[in-house]
Amino acid sequence: MPRLLGVDIPGNKKIEYALRYIYGIGPTRAKLVVEEAGVDPETRAHQLTEEHLNKLTTVITERKFGVEGDLRREIAASLKRLQAINCYRGLRHRRGLPVRGQRTSTNSRTRKGARRTVGVIAKK
Amino acid sequence: MARSIKKGFFVDVSLQEKVDTANQSGARRPIKTWSRRSTITPDFVGHTFDVHNGKSFISVYVTENMVGHKLGEFSPSRTFRSHGSHTKK
Repeated sequence: MPRLLGVDIPGNKKIEYALRYIYGIGPTRAKLVVEEAGVDPETRAHQLTEEHLNKLTTVITERKFGVEGDLRREIAASLKRLQAINCYRGLRHRRGLPVRGQRTSTNSRTRKGARRTVGVIAKK
Repeated sequence: MARSIKKGFFVDVSLQEKVDTANQSGARRPIKTWSRRSTITPDFVGHTFDVHNGKSFISVYVTENMVGHKLGEFSPSRTFRSHGSHTKK
Protein backbone atom coordinates (compact mmCIF):
# COMPACT_ATOMS: atom_id res chain seq x y z
CA MET A 1 0.00 0.00 0.00
CA PRO A 2 1.50 3.34 -1.03
CA ARG A 3 1.77 6.27 1.31
CA LEU A 4 0.94 9.80 0.32
CA LEU A 5 1.41 12.89 2.46
CA GLY A 6 2.38 10.95 5.53
CA VAL A 7 -0.59 9.06 6.81
CA ASP A 8 -2.83 8.12 3.94
CA ILE A 9 -2.78 4.60 2.57
CA PRO A 10 -5.37 4.33 -0.21
CA GLY A 11 -6.08 0.83 -1.45
CA ASN A 12 -5.89 -1.00 -4.76
CA LYS A 13 -8.19 1.36 -6.59
CA LYS A 14 -7.51 3.62 -9.53
CA ILE A 15 -5.62 6.66 -8.27
CA GLU A 16 -8.39 9.07 -9.05
CA TYR A 17 -10.54 7.19 -6.57
CA ALA A 18 -7.75 6.31 -4.13
CA LEU A 19 -6.86 9.98 -3.70
CA ARG A 20 -10.31 10.65 -2.30
CA TYR A 21 -9.32 8.78 0.86
CA ILE A 22 -7.20 11.79 1.74
CA TYR A 23 -9.15 14.18 3.98
CA GLY A 24 -9.68 17.35 1.96
CA ILE A 25 -9.61 15.76 -1.49
CA GLY A 26 -12.87 14.94 -3.17
CA PRO A 27 -13.88 14.06 -6.73
CA THR A 28 -13.01 17.44 -8.23
CA ARG A 29 -9.61 17.83 -6.64
CA ALA A 30 -8.69 14.19 -7.23
CA LYS A 31 -9.33 14.52 -10.94
CA LEU A 32 -7.43 17.79 -11.12
CA VAL A 33 -4.42 16.42 -9.26
CA VAL A 34 -4.22 13.34 -11.46
CA GLU A 35 -4.40 15.42 -14.62
CA GLU A 36 -1.84 17.92 -13.46
CA ALA A 37 0.63 15.29 -12.29
CA GLY A 38 0.42 13.63 -15.69
CA VAL A 39 -0.32 10.20 -14.28
CA ASP A 40 -2.30 7.72 -16.36
CA PRO A 41 -5.73 7.64 -14.66
CA GLU A 42 -6.01 3.90 -15.31
CA THR A 43 -3.16 2.98 -12.95
CA ARG A 44 -3.99 1.46 -9.60
CA ALA A 45 -2.61 3.10 -6.50
CA HIS A 46 -0.24 0.23 -5.67
CA GLN A 47 1.26 0.33 -9.19
CA LEU A 48 2.44 3.90 -8.78
CA THR A 49 6.17 4.48 -9.00
CA GLU A 50 8.10 6.57 -6.51
CA GLU A 51 8.33 9.29 -9.14
CA HIS A 52 4.58 9.41 -9.62
CA LEU A 53 3.95 9.59 -5.90
CA ASN A 54 6.34 12.50 -5.59
CA LYS A 55 4.64 14.25 -8.45
CA LEU A 56 1.21 13.84 -6.89
CA THR A 57 2.46 15.20 -3.56
CA THR A 58 4.08 18.22 -5.16
CA VAL A 59 0.90 19.03 -7.07
CA ILE A 60 -1.15 18.86 -3.88
CA THR A 61 1.26 21.00 -1.89
CA GLU A 62 1.90 23.50 -4.68
CA ARG A 63 -1.77 24.03 -5.30
CA LYS A 64 -2.08 24.81 -1.57
CA PHE A 65 -4.78 22.21 -1.06
CA GLY A 66 -5.35 22.05 2.66
CA VAL A 67 -5.36 18.39 3.59
CA GLU A 68 -5.48 16.17 6.66
CA GLY A 69 -4.27 17.66 9.95
CA ASP A 70 -3.82 21.16 8.62
CA LEU A 71 -7.33 21.28 7.24
CA ARG A 72 -8.80 19.82 10.42
CA ARG A 73 -6.94 22.39 12.46
CA GLU A 74 -8.13 25.19 10.21
CA ILE A 75 -11.74 24.11 10.59
CA ALA A 76 -11.40 23.78 14.35
CA ALA A 77 -9.84 27.24 14.52
CA SER A 78 -12.65 28.89 12.60
CA LEU A 79 -15.25 27.16 14.77
CA LYS A 80 -13.40 28.36 17.84
CA ARG A 81 -13.31 31.90 16.49
CA LEU A 82 -17.06 31.89 15.88
CA GLN A 83 -17.69 30.64 19.39
CA ALA A 84 -15.24 33.05 20.99
CA ILE A 85 -16.82 36.19 19.55
CA ASN A 86 -20.25 35.15 20.74
CA CYS A 87 -22.01 35.54 17.45
CA TYR A 88 -25.15 33.74 16.34
CA ARG A 89 -23.30 31.13 14.31
CA GLY A 90 -21.04 30.42 17.26
CA LEU A 91 -24.04 29.97 19.53
CA ARG A 92 -25.60 27.49 17.12
CA HIS A 93 -22.39 25.50 16.94
CA ARG A 94 -22.21 25.43 20.72
CA ARG A 95 -25.74 24.12 21.05
CA GLY A 96 -25.31 21.61 18.24
CA LEU A 97 -28.16 23.06 16.22
CA PRO A 98 -28.22 23.92 12.51
CA VAL A 99 -26.22 27.07 11.81
CA ARG A 100 -27.67 28.32 8.57
CA GLY A 101 -31.23 29.09 9.47
CA GLN A 102 -32.83 25.71 8.78
CA ARG A 103 -36.01 24.71 10.56
CA THR A 104 -35.65 22.79 13.80
CA SER A 105 -39.26 21.94 14.56
CA THR A 106 -38.78 18.81 12.50
CA ASN A 107 -35.74 17.37 10.74
CA SER A 108 -32.19 18.64 11.29
CA ARG A 109 -31.42 15.22 12.74
CA THR A 110 -27.84 15.34 11.48
CA ARG A 111 -27.01 18.17 13.86
CA LYS A 112 -29.28 17.18 16.71
CA GLY A 113 -28.44 13.47 16.72
CA ALA A 114 -30.84 10.68 17.49
CA ARG A 115 -34.28 11.59 18.81
CA ARG A 116 -34.59 12.22 22.53
CA THR A 117 -38.15 12.57 23.68
CA VAL A 118 -38.80 15.33 26.16
CA GLY A 119 -42.33 15.37 27.44
CA VAL A 120 -44.32 16.91 30.19
CA ILE A 121 -44.98 14.62 33.10
CA ALA A 122 -48.75 14.48 33.50
CA LYS A 123 -50.30 15.69 36.75
CA LYS A 124 -52.07 13.06 38.83
CA MET B 1 -25.29 34.73 -2.89
CA ALA B 2 -22.62 36.91 -1.35
CA ARG B 3 -22.63 40.66 -1.73
CA SER B 4 -20.55 42.15 -4.53
CA ILE B 5 -17.17 43.41 -3.29
CA LYS B 6 -17.48 46.41 -5.57
CA LYS B 7 -20.15 47.88 -3.32
CA GLY B 8 -18.17 47.48 -0.12
CA PHE B 9 -19.59 46.85 3.33
CA PHE B 10 -23.15 47.88 4.02
CA VAL B 11 -23.48 50.24 6.98
CA ASP B 12 -26.55 52.28 7.76
CA VAL B 13 -25.80 55.97 7.23
CA SER B 14 -27.19 56.90 10.64
CA LEU B 15 -24.85 54.46 12.36
CA GLN B 16 -21.84 55.47 10.30
CA GLU B 17 -22.38 59.08 11.36
CA LYS B 18 -22.51 58.10 15.02
CA VAL B 19 -19.31 56.09 14.69
CA ASP B 20 -17.56 58.91 12.86
CA THR B 21 -18.42 61.50 15.50
CA ALA B 22 -17.36 59.06 18.23
CA ASN B 23 -14.05 58.47 16.47
CA GLN B 24 -13.38 62.18 16.05
CA SER B 25 -14.19 63.15 19.60
CA GLY B 26 -12.56 60.00 20.96
CA ALA B 27 -15.62 59.30 23.03
CA ARG B 28 -15.86 55.82 24.47
CA ARG B 29 -19.53 55.97 25.36
CA PRO B 30 -21.65 53.08 24.10
CA ILE B 31 -23.36 53.74 20.79
CA LYS B 32 -27.02 52.93 20.89
CA THR B 33 -28.35 51.49 17.66
CA TRP B 34 -31.21 49.63 16.08
CA SER B 35 -29.25 48.95 12.96
CA ARG B 36 -28.68 45.21 13.31
CA ARG B 37 -28.19 44.91 9.57
CA SER B 38 -25.00 46.95 9.50
CA THR B 39 -21.73 45.19 8.84
CA ILE B 40 -18.95 45.76 11.36
CA THR B 41 -16.13 47.64 9.64
CA PRO B 42 -12.59 48.14 10.96
CA ASP B 43 -13.41 51.62 12.32
CA PHE B 44 -15.98 50.07 14.68
CA VAL B 45 -13.26 48.24 16.60
CA GLY B 46 -12.89 49.28 20.21
CA HIS B 47 -16.35 50.77 20.52
CA THR B 48 -19.19 49.37 22.53
CA PHE B 49 -22.55 49.17 20.82
CA ASP B 50 -25.92 48.80 22.42
CA VAL B 51 -27.65 46.69 19.80
CA HIS B 52 -31.39 46.42 19.95
CA ASN B 53 -32.82 42.90 19.87
CA GLY B 54 -36.44 43.91 19.51
CA LYS B 55 -36.95 44.27 23.24
CA SER B 56 -33.85 45.59 24.93
CA PHE B 57 -30.34 46.71 24.10
CA ILE B 58 -27.52 44.19 24.32
CA SER B 59 -24.10 45.73 24.77
CA VAL B 60 -21.52 44.42 22.36
CA TYR B 61 -17.85 45.26 22.66
CA VAL B 62 -16.43 45.05 19.14
CA THR B 63 -13.08 43.34 18.73
CA GLU B 64 -10.95 42.88 15.65
CA ASN B 65 -12.15 39.43 14.67
CA MET B 66 -15.77 40.55 14.61
CA VAL B 67 -15.09 42.59 11.47
CA GLY B 68 -17.20 41.38 8.57
CA HIS B 69 -20.06 40.16 10.74
CA LYS B 70 -23.32 42.04 11.20
CA LEU B 71 -24.15 43.75 14.48
CA GLY B 72 -27.32 41.70 14.80
CA GLU B 73 -25.35 38.48 15.01
CA PHE B 74 -24.25 39.50 18.48
CA SER B 75 -27.63 40.42 19.85
CA PRO B 76 -29.82 37.30 19.92
CA SER B 77 -33.49 38.07 19.39
CA ARG B 78 -34.96 34.77 20.56
CA THR B 79 -34.91 33.15 23.95
CA PHE B 80 -35.18 29.42 24.35
CA ARG B 81 -37.08 28.34 27.43
CA SER B 82 -36.46 24.65 27.93
CA HIS B 83 -39.04 21.97 27.26
CA GLY B 84 -40.70 19.69 29.73
CA SER B 85 -40.41 21.67 32.95
CA HIS B 86 -44.13 22.12 33.59
CA THR B 87 -43.96 20.11 36.78
CA LYS B 88 -43.48 23.22 38.91
CA LYS B 89 -46.46 24.99 40.44
